Amino acid sequence: MNSLLNVLIGLAIGLNLVALGTGRLQALIRIVALQGVILGCVPLLIKPDFNIIIWVFTLITVLMKGFVIPSLLRWASRAANVDRDVAPMIGFVPSLLLGSAGMIAALMLSFQLPLLPEHHGSLLVGGSMATIIAGFLLLVGRSKAIAQICGYLVLENGIYLFGLLLVHSIPLLVEAGILLDLIVGIFVAGIVLDRIQRTFDSLDTRKLNILKE
Amino acid sequence: MRELFLVLIPLAGACFAALWPSERTRPWFLPIISAIHTLLMSWLLINPPEVLFHSWMGFDPLARAILPVISLLFLVCSIYGIPYLKIHKERKNRVFVSVILASLGLISAAHMSRHLGLLWIATEGLTLCFVPLIHFSSKPRAIEATWKYLLVSATGIALSLLGSFCLGYASLHGGGQGDLTFTALIAQASSLSRPWVLIAWVLILVGYGTKMGLVPMHAWKPDAYGEAPSMAGALLAGGVSSVAFLALLRVRSVVAAAGAGVIADRTLLFLGLLSMVLAAFFLLSTNNFKRMLAYSSIEQMGILCIGASLGAVGLWAAFFHLWNNCMAKGAIFLSAGNLQRGAGSCTTADAKGLFLIMPHSSLLFMAGLFAITACPPFGLFFSELMIIKNAFFSGYPWVAVLFLFALMLAFFGLTRIVFSVVYGRPKTNSKQLSTKYCEKPATLLPSLILIGAVLFLGLCIPNPLRQIWSDAVQQLIPNL
Repeated sequence: MNSLLNVLIGLAIGLNLVALGTGRLQALIRIVALQGVILGCVPLLIKPDFNIIIWVFTLITVLMKGFVIPSLLRWASRAANVDRDVAPMIGFVPSLLLGSAGMIAALMLSFQLPLLPEHHGSLLVGGSMATIIAGFLLLVGRSKAIAQICGYLVLENGIYLFGLLLVHSIPLLVEAGILLDLIVGIFVAGIVLDRIQRTFDSLDTRKLNILKE
Repeated sequence: MRELFLVLIPLAGACFAALWPSERTRPWFLPIISAIHTLLMSWLLINPPEVLFHSWMGFDPLARAILPVISLLFLVCSIYGIPYLKIHKERKNRVFVSVILASLGLISAAHMSRHLGLLWIATEGLTLCFVPLIHFSSKPRAIEATWKYLLVSATGIALSLLGSFCLGYASLHGGGQGDLTFTALIAQASSLSRPWVLIAWVLILVGYGTKMGLVPMHAWKPDAYGEAPSMAGALLAGGVSSVAFLALLRVRSVVAAAGAGVIADRTLLFLGLLSMVLAAFFLLSTNNFKRMLAYSSIEQMGILCIGASLGAVGLWAAFFHLWNNCMAKGAIFLSAGNLQRGAGSCTTADAKGLFLIMPHSSLLFMAGLFAITACPPFGLFFSELMIIKNAFFSGYPWVAVLFLFALMLAFFGLTRIVFSVVYGRPKTNSKQLSTKYCEKPATLLPSLILIGAVLFLGLCIPNPLRQIWSDAVQQLIPNL
């Protein structure tokens, strides 16, 4: 079971690097959606005994991360057809190098930290930290507002992965609340994106430069 | 269970306000619900409900020590909301009224949360509630501020979630159940895994510190405060920042019980001093009086952190300071809102000579200035004095010196801007605008009430208040 889990997490880490290397907005949205679907399925491996609540929870997560949120992002970017690149502020090669360095550092660190016996040899902690670092890089290294939201989603995927360490102990009510808050958050961000699009006629955050000392 | 009404009534009010058909009468929801909240709060203060040891939510001493002043701030701000929304008839107020009421419910929930996950949910909800408030004016500047606020706050708050999970893992690793209630974590404190506790503290400090606006996580604050309607600014500065401060205090008590209290205190002290000093320098360079209030708020948050890091007496002074800051910020924000409407701008280049065209608001603005720069006999003077004295006596004289230096710089910065706005010759544009938006008792009274309250706290602190702050300190530092 652990090896299959590691394969999935490994895939998610690989997708981080693909996301850092891609130049197209639509491709980035697709990669983030795929990562969401892969990570959404992980709880089924951690809790293999058939449990209807876990299945429902997984289904909702996969639907939201894989389909609802990506289509919302596509809707928000519908008018931005003219320029479809992510407009990097940190170039692709430096992003990839930083992302890989972050990944290696995260994995090394995860081997140093005190872990429970059942988490030894699992990529959960290292993978989650690597994903968080990649999310940060996307967040600060891309100037398109949608690409920044994708960065936030990757960051959030990393935190979700870490949260799976506690899957046995955090009450479902709290998990559902966290999921709901994140979804509302992305919806609100989508609405703000729409406002930016209408007001500035672009989703490039480099145009948001009025406010400064 | 009575305390749950503090959360449910505002949330129900928000739903009703969202469904209410009339734009003209909807703003009345604000004072009615806030007044019910304040009455309920007073009743709960007189007859405190029992708090079950492992309950997720409770009106415990910590909540009692802070929530009353926030309820009062909401009440006063909501009185201001009626004339404000009447002046801006062209803007739809459905979302505005609903999210303010929802945020009152969520602030109450966050203060009463005794479970890290619940606390996070309430704080994240609160963060999102303020998004429509910041871009209420729909100007490009406001949208830019909203985007920065959303991105920075969401990232910060995501890190605090990661920190909460780390604390849960520390409990699992120590042989516990991973229960995230504060009481369970403290009960298990000696066996919590130390590396994970430290990682959790750093992440939570960064996360909730972003919400408080501590340097270097303060980037969103000047933009959001500068562009949000002044009423929302008052609520952000008074209500939301205190939620984050309380969250830090609760987590700090777990970290201290796990034997890392010294590290937690040092990091709080460092961030507090950094925030104070840098905010003071920013105050010397800004030329916008609402951004000035943001930097002043960063400075006040620094003072709270320093107070909280200096043991029991400092903590008591921090609670006293929080009350003062909440009301003084409310007063000065609301009067700044009047001045902004009269001048049509909040930069010192365009807003001049406002004393001649809006004398009452200018007087209140100046009174607010003296209050937030801690001039006696306002309450802030006494709370800051107490923190400085405590720093001297607990072996941190250099902290006291830096503290005083930052206060002095901030005083120069604040008076420079306030006097340049109040005195001088008004611009023609301002004269026309101020006849359109003339001063009314309803826009002046809220500020006056708050200034009066800060003055009152400076002249005497009622014994029940002293008692609730002492109880809160006792809860945080049990073996006193």
